[in-house]
Amino acid sequence: MEKTKIRKMLFILSKATIENVYAAFIMANGARMEGIDSEIFFTFFGLEVIQKKKLEHLRVATVGNPAMHIPTMLGGLPGMEALATKMMKKEMEKLDMPPIDEFLEILSDSGCKLWACKLAVDMFHLKEKDLIDNLDGILTIGDFYNRADKDNTHLLFI
Amino acid sequence: MEKKLAKITVNVNEEGYLTDFSQWTKEVGNEIAKEQEIEMTNKHWEVIAYIHEKFKNEEPLSIRGIKKSGVINIKEFYQLFPGGPLKKATMIAGIPKPKSCI
Repeated sequence: MEKTKIRKMLFILSKATIENVYAAFIMANGARMEGIDSEIFFTFFGLEVIQKKKLEHLRVATVGNPAMHIPTMLGGLPGMEALATKMMKKEMEKLDMPPIDEFLEILSDSGCKLWACKLAVDMFHLKEKDLIDNLDGILTIGDFYNRADKDNTHLLFI
Repeated sequence: MEKKLAKITVNVNEEGYLTDFSQWTKEVGNEIAKEQEIEMTNKHWEVIAYIHEKFKNEEPLSIRGIKKSGVINIKEFYQLFPGGPLKKATMIAGIPKPKSCI
């Protein structure tokens, strides 16, 4: 088998809507499965994903998302987001896609590094105890760029 | 294409996966492992046995399945088959590369 040319994938996850989170997770996990190093830097709303109390309550966006094919006015009605999220989670379960907490565990066990953005942590007044136990640390963007300083490394902003 | 492994001629695809599982023997698996720079231990064979069982029952393989397998945890799995564990383990097991994204 030929050795892969991509050596490392670094993801910056700035959103907490389910579709974005899963995109990052599946790509980061997929990288590890292909023998590629991967790391995720959680920043801004992406921090919701690594907060113990919030990670189970991530939603899919029903407003401002034309691909949902729900009129914006309806998408804003109470319960719509919850309903759409429930439906999407059901479909995901059918494909054996793990829920967020289990996926984080799989990523960590697979050697994918999970980092929180220092500036965003400070901005949202978060403490280390608010964040998941398998977090690898809190980094500045400079620290993160240092981790990217290798041949055949790619950065992806989600 | 044909390839000679452990004195047996087997058919493999361009990536090196056996195209006919009936040609697989433990010796063939051992040879593939050597090519992948993996030294097989009892634990490795336990994983291969698990993969064979899944394959025979036509159940898809995934990293989540490995986690639930009770045979091995994900950390050990990555240690035993470095550089793409499911890809390498299925190759050694003589079955097709898994098509799943997870």
